[in-house]
Amino acid sequence: MLDTLTQTGVTHAEGGAVSTASPRDFFDLMKPRVMTLVVFTAFSGLVAAPVDMDPFLAFMSILCVAMGAGAAGALNMAYDADIDATMKRTRKRPVPRGAVSVSNAYGFGVVAAVLSVLLMALSSNYLAAGLLAFSIFFYSVIYTMILKRSTPQNIVIGGAAGAFPPMIGWVAATGEVSLDAVVLFMIIFLWTPPHSWALALYKSGDYAAAGVPMMPVAKGPKSTRLQILIYSIVMVVFAGAPVLTGLGGLAYAATSLGGGALFMLLAWRVFASRAGEAGSAEEGELYAVRAGDKAARDLFAFSIGYLAALFAALIAEHGLGAYFAVPGVTG
Amino acid sequence: MSDRDDNFGFHHREGRATGEHVRLTPEQEKARKRRNVYIAWGLVAFMVAVFLITVVRLSQNIAGAAG
Repeated sequence: MLDTLTQTGVTHAEGGAVSTASPRDFFDLMKPRVMTLVVFTAFSGLVAAPVDMDPFLAFMSILCVAMGAGAAGALNMAYDADIDATMKRTRKRPVPRGAVSVSNAYGFGVVAAVLSVLLMALSSNYLAAGLLAFSIFFYSVIYTMILKRSTPQNIVIGGAAGAFPPMIGWVAATGEVSLDAVVLFMIIFLWTPPHSWALALYKSGDYAAAGVPMMPVAKGPKSTRLQILIYSIVMVVFAGAPVLTGLGGLAYAATSLGGGALFMLLAWRVFASRAGEAGSAEEGELYAVRAGDKAARDLFAFSIGYLAALFAALIAEHGLGAYFAVPGVTG
Repeated sequence: MSDRDDNFGFHHREGRATGEHVRLTPEQEKARKRRNVYIAWGLVAFMVAVFLITVVRLSQNIAGAAG
């Protein structure tokens, strides 16, 4: 399989092997949709930090987080080319589509990773650069190469990789890991399981075909729906922690309460539904779904908006001066 | 890599030129040129970024020492 994939994206002319990949194909390797949320949460961590950073250095730090996330995405796509080719949702990615070879994807990922960490060290501090390097390593090696194909807890542990960006943004500004940085990390860490399993519920056929032991495939939809509910409760409660530490003000508290209530409602609907029982969706699109899986699709879509809203509230409070302390909280 | 790998007109196992050359299709040539242009711009952007970061950090340090 690997040999075949190594040849993809390569045309032989007179015995030569020259790629026809376009810059756009390499950009797609960086998972731009995932990168958007990564950049947003990193920016939020940087803005919420109690230290003002030079605007240019702040911009460079966020750019480095984006580049690092893109590098991790490219390495993920290089390693997962075989399973991506079998899944409807991912078969149009540059490597399985044949636009970029596996070796080129690896090369691109490694170069982007090195440059992002180097620039991060120059523009902020070594701790932020170290965290960025570790998060790239965690996603591409620990999650992609070790956990993803071996345990249904893959995204629970692997979710740590996606939780680093706000912490990196915070550390880039302050130079230290404080309690608030850990709280921001934990919110995304706890958010990842219900978010990913909601998607896995209505795409379980895809994962089963690829041999990836996602929770619905390994433990069944019923157990997954229960675990989604449990993680949602823990996450929604924990999302209130920034209010207690004083990081989140009234706007954050309102967003956390309102969004959390809606999150719980949707998680309960998933729990009470038969989502995942019907197998995978017919179409390969991200939001395509069978009638029985709508609750899972709704939770998946809302979870993205919920997380974005929480971090947007922090940006509004600390970046736009909309911070009003919650009465009775000293922080 | 095969022993008769003449991708670059070179026989790797025997360590000699094969006299053969890769003939690119117009599409391949165009794609390679486009990638090269992007790589060049990437290198320029990297150099400019390092230069600007250095200037900003130097000025911060000078201001810090003076203050």
